[in-house]
Amino acid sequence: MTMAPANETVDEATGGAARPYASGLPRLLPLVPGVPEDLRAHLARHGRLPYRGGPGLLIGSVEEAGLTGRGGAAFLVSRKLAIVARARGRKVIVANGAESEPASHKDALLLRAAPNLVLDGLQLAAEAIGAREAYLYLHPGVSPEILRALNQREAAGLDWLGVTIVEAPPRFLAGQESALVNRLGGGPAVPTFVPPRVSERGLGGAPTLVQNVETLAHLALIARYGPRWFRALGTAQEPGSMLTTVHTQPSGGSAGSSPPGQHNTQIIEAEIGTPLRALIHQDNVQAVLIGGFHGTWLPITTIGTLTLDNEALKTHGAALGAGVIAALPADRCGLAEAARVVRYLAAESAGQCGPCLNGLPRMAAALAELAGRGHRRQTRTDLERWAGLVTGRGACNHPDGTVRFVRSALTVFAPEISLHARGLCSATNRTPFLPLPGGMPMTEDDWT
Amino acid sequence: MADTLRVNPINCSGHGVCAELLPELVTLDEWGYPIIANSPVPPALDLEARRAVAACPALALKLLRA
Amino acid sequence: MSGTTAFWYASRATGVVALLLLTAVLVLGILVNRQGRLPGLPRFAVTSLHRNISLLAVAFITVHVLTAVLDTFVSIPLLSSVIPFASGYERLWLGLGAISFDLMLAMIITSLVRGRLNRILWRAIHLLAYLCWPVAFAHSIGSSKDLQHGWLLDLSIACALIVAAAALWRLASAARQLPRAARVAAILAQHAPHATRQAHERISR
Repeated sequence: MTMAPANETVDEATGGAARPYASGLPRLLPLVPGVPEDLRAHLARHGRLPYRGGPGLLIGSVEEAGLTGRGGAAFLVSRKLAIVARARGRKVIVANGAESEPASHKDALLLRAAPNLVLDGLQLAAEAIGAREAYLYLHPGVSPEILRALNQREAAGLDWLGVTIVEAPPRFLAGQESALVNRLGGGPAVPTFVPPRVSERGLGGAPTLVQNVETLAHLALIARYGPRWFRALGTAQEPGSMLTTVHTQPSGGSAGSSPPGQHNTQIIEAEIGTPLRALIHQDNVQAVLIGGFHGTWLPITTIGTLTLDNEALKTHGAALGAGVIAALPADRCGLAEAARVVRYLAAESAGQCGPCLNGLPRMAAALAELAGRGHRRQTRTDLERWAGLVTGRGACNHPDGTVRFVRSALTVFAPEISLHARGLCSATNRTPFLPLPGGMPMTEDDWT
Repeated sequence: MADTLRVNPINCSGHGVCAELLPELVTLDEWGYPIIANSPVPPALDLEARRAVAACPALALKLLRA
Repeated sequence: MSGTTAFWYASRATGVVALLLLTAVLVLGILVNRQGRLPGLPRFAVTSLHRNISLLAVAFITVHVLTAVLDTFVSIPLLSSVIPFASGYERLWLGLGAISFDLMLAMIITSLVRGRLNRILWRAIHLLAYLCWPVAFAHSIGSSKDLQHGWLLDLSIACALIVAAAALWRLASAARQLPRAARVAAILAQHAPHATRQAHERISR
């Protein structure tokens, strides 16, 4: 199992020297960490954009390669392509760069460091499905690299379809497929009821292919180097490499010697199937959050044997999700972290469905109570009941993902709950660990 | 051939008419929103199910072909 | 009063009943929308009554129109019941009656096929109820001397006051209702006001 050393640090806590890799990594990220690849560097490294010359022709390679979505849902990409390619009439493609997960920074990095890979993938997928409209959906503060890349490509006559950039509001649900299409259509970025899926009836009623930007980048490489190259890394069921956002507290020797609150965020491109212990040091870590805020907490004791692939993770009820791996330091309070996240998730509800609108805030309050000093017995029962009530009863997965996060937190931090019930807490460091944006949505404008 | 009962949670505003007309398949949660049994509608209840779908003031209840 | 026939009496009587029924339908419609209950009755009774009484109202109006047409004292063409201002007799007031009848038919027909109709379109047409009732009221007062004095006038005014009160209540209710984007913030404030601060406050080690 191979892995490229950390390719970029978000908070400059560690350096990142360039190292030559014989392992076949990095694939997506630039060869020199921290140095974005402009069009010239991109073409020099990967060669010309290999259009196939017509719709449908690329799909076979993508199917052989076994590429799955890197946006969290892990659908087989070739199947999604085939569904839209088969449809008749006007078709739309959207590159989803709205990385709404606060703990995930991999898409933002990819768009800065290798924008041309993403844009290549967008053009190739558009050709494969026969799309006539292409969009790039991004959070505010569009990276200048993306705009520069688009301009350079236009000057070079590289792009088959013009790409329209649409801004996504800074909401957790903004990147959800139906919310995205809703936003593109001029409405707020809130989910709509499915069926019909957007791949059948999406933007303006047209079949719409929505693909995460990392997925498109992989597709751009598969088109050049072929499915066998793609499968050279990864596992048989989950081939290839993936970008992960790894959150750690660097161990500075004995506990307490690193200044409290120091937080290291790294984007690591790793082969799928890499042992998790290669990504995170296990000293002074109490638990690991895998996937993101809709992901799963796992106790540190399980990390030693787990690998970075869904087959292994699902035996512990976890999944790769958005590729977030957060190693919670031993000196923090897991309950407080969980309570903060659930409050955020509750605030980010679209507020359209009764169970979610009513259940999530109550769950947030219950968790806050558990994280405080002493809690009523009823709170625990209520929390369980609400978790059951919201599951599967929203128009989207927001309540379900939140429940997964909550249940795993209750399991992993059970000892902490008992401590808090007696008015104690094991934490010695009160600095929040998981990143959370401030403010919360109040008006319709906050969703558009 | 049995249909499944589904609610569009976005359109549903918790009127609760469905639970009164089809208590065998629909109960209300503590906030007044319908909890629909996952199983297909038994043929004996098919007519009642259609009545409930027609009666929903928010048009949120649907009968989907299996 | 000479020359009036049974048809003419029937037309006026069914007209008054129709006005009462329409008043009830409008109030019941508001009750359905606001999830109000009628004391002692299940929830589905409110929507059922709303629908059934509206159909009853149409039945009464049909008799109201037919008897007026059949009456030979004045000449009212049948088509003027749906085509406004097509009658020679009391062109304006009967025209208003035709308008309100047309609106009613639009509302009822769209409601009969609402499963197949776009929700927004159905709602837009159904909101015409707030236009339909005043027009029907004007038709009633304007075309019948009976309603312009005596207990029938009192009855008509009572209906108008009820409708006005119900409509105002409906408007106030809508104004109080939080927009979707603000609902989450409101519920959070209610249940988890200091969630982030609570965690870790006053914990002893």
